[in-house]
Amino acid sequence: MVHFAVSRVLWLLPTLLAMALVTFVVMHATPGSPLDPVAEGANPLSPEAQQNLARHYGLDRPLHEQFAIFVGNALQGDFGNSFVYRTRTVREILAETFPVSLLLGSMALAVAVAGGLALGILAAVYQNRAWDYVSVTLATAGVAVPNFVLGVFFIILFSFVIPLFPTGGWDSPRNWVLPTLTLALAPMGIIARFTRASMLEVIRADYTRTARAKGLAEGPVIFRHALKNALIPVVTLLGPMFAAIGTGSFFVESIFRVPGMGRFFVLSMTGRDYPMIMAVVLTYGAFLAIMNLVVDLAYGALDPRIRL
Amino acid sequence: MVLSTRESAFELGGGLRPPSDASPEEGLRGQSPRSDEDASLGRPSSLWRDAWRRLLRNKLAVAGGVVVILLVMLAVFADVLAPASYTKTNFGRLNEGPTRDYPLGTDQLGRDMLSRMIYGARVSMLVGLGAQVLVVLIGVPIGALAGWAGGRVDTLLTRLIDVMYAFPRLLFVILVMSMLGAGLMNIFIAIGLTGWVGIARQTRAQVLALKHKEFVEGARALGARSGRLLTHHVLPNALSPIVVAITFGIPEAIFTEAALSFIGVGINPPTPSWGQMVGEGQQYLRSSWHLCVVPSIAIAITMLSFTFLGDGVRDALDPKLK
Repeated sequence: MVHFAVSRVLWLLPTLLAMALVTFVVMHATPGSPLDPVAEGANPLSPEAQQNLARHYGLDRPLHEQFAIFVGNALQGDFGNSFVYRTRTVREILAETFPVSLLLGSMALAVAVAGGLALGILAAVYQNRAWDYVSVTLATAGVAVPNFVLGVFFIILFSFVIPLFPTGGWDSPRNWVLPTLTLALAPMGIIARFTRASMLEVIRADYTRTARAKGLAEGPVIFRHALKNALIPVVTLLGPMFAAIGTGSFFVESIFRVPGMGRFFVLSMTGRDYPMIMAVVLTYGAFLAIMNLVVDLAYGALDPRIRL
Repeated sequence: MVLSTRESAFELGGGLRPPSDASPEEGLRGQSPRSDEDASLGRPSSLWRDAWRRLLRNKLAVAGGVVVILLVMLAVFADVLAPASYTKTNFGRLNEGPTRDYPLGTDQLGRDMLSRMIYGARVSMLVGLGAQVLVVLIGVPIGALAGWAGGRVDTLLTRLIDVMYAFPRLLFVILVMSMLGAGLMNIFIAIGLTGWVGIARQTRAQVLALKHKEFVEGARALGARSGRLLTHHVLPNALSPIVVAITFGIPEAIFTEAALSFIGVGINPPTPSWGQMVGEGQQYLRSSWHLCVVPSIAIAITMLSFTFLGDGVRDALDPKLK
């Protein structure tokens, strides 16, 4: 167990390094440079100015040297200055916006887990009855409908038709409701589907029949005997799911004007903000890897049959 | 899992008749899914024909399939079906709701929404179906090579697959798109570059599971060379999970295009794409919500249809998974 955890943590570093390298290569392999004017049709900078800027930002060095410098600085937590927001460091921007995205993502995941488990259990217990159809329909819709489409529907329904919630912003918890719901529906659907399938399997297992045979009421049978075992495969979903919520939040953040990290996704990429791109990709990559690790460890703790 | 060993048995000896009635997979399934119609024709039921019949029995999947066929027709015959050009503007009638002249209203430049929706279907279908070709062309060979070759080649390719898997997918697509620039061709490339990973994993797992089966050993014993073993014996039997992966890849590609166009790095205007229409209509949500809602509904229906169809195909090809 300890050995497994340590080796997984050690693997994190080469994985992130490989990700940084791939991103770096993609960034530099394509035409265009951060020194091109941002506005379309603007006059290019004079060659002297370009050279000065390139020297200032270290862009005139050979690529392998640039990469080495980046890695060295990044290891010390320094991602440099943003090319687009020149007065701020990448670290400041991320420190300000990442917590917002994290809060949104965590709330969405909490809603998704609670709702998904409830729907999945109801569907399995009342298989092929009304609850099952409601749950399966919701689950399919949640999986199939993109969240920016959902966001539009929610705004029209809950801001215009029934003015319950504001259309955007992030000042009060009332603003949090719609973006959280929008972001939660897809993972909720996935969790509901998995819980249903896994519960159906467990409900038919011998030990569930034994629990019923010894005279337990339906409640304890479902929650104490069946659910515990049914949860195990569902847990594996959560790691990649959290990461998906993280990246998917870009659309939700832009629709609901949430001041999170997602906004910098596209801005940094179209603006060729090299330091920002690297930081954003690595933050999400590290997050995904850590979540996967946590889930794997939790998996081993939940199911004694699995030896890590 | 070996779903059908018949083709391989047939390959083996020429003279070896496939044991059509007592073939092991029939026995394993425990039931004889053969219908009267088939018996009267005297043809043995194959994996694919069984699956087809199971698929037709699934109402949701059939409904999804019908919608998909309609969408494809819409895309193919867009030039004939669209009442107007998707670029023709009418500045006297901006952001109008549905009228007799414009059944779905006009957009922010006074263009006919109906025509733009019809041409938008073309983009969605092209991306959904076209990108899968690229995904398969990259993913299947890499997965098959990794599984078949084993050893160092496998380790190397698996590492590559793992790193690609660790990438937040959408982030990488956006990165590639913003570097390559918007455009249909670049969307194919971006989806192909990121989408092959799942199929490669599937293929590798299948090849690993099949490569030591008896029918492969048998073919090897009869002198089939390695390449032929892989392409004629192993891959045909690994096909059904790959087909399932492809069916689910289609809505994913459609989603990716819509998402990219929504944020403005997908399809170049004035070519209409549903995602782009949602993105552009968003600013007019309060005053003319039809700009957003019409393409949103189209995306939702398309995604749902492909998902139903995909679920149906998976259940039909592998009834045990249901």
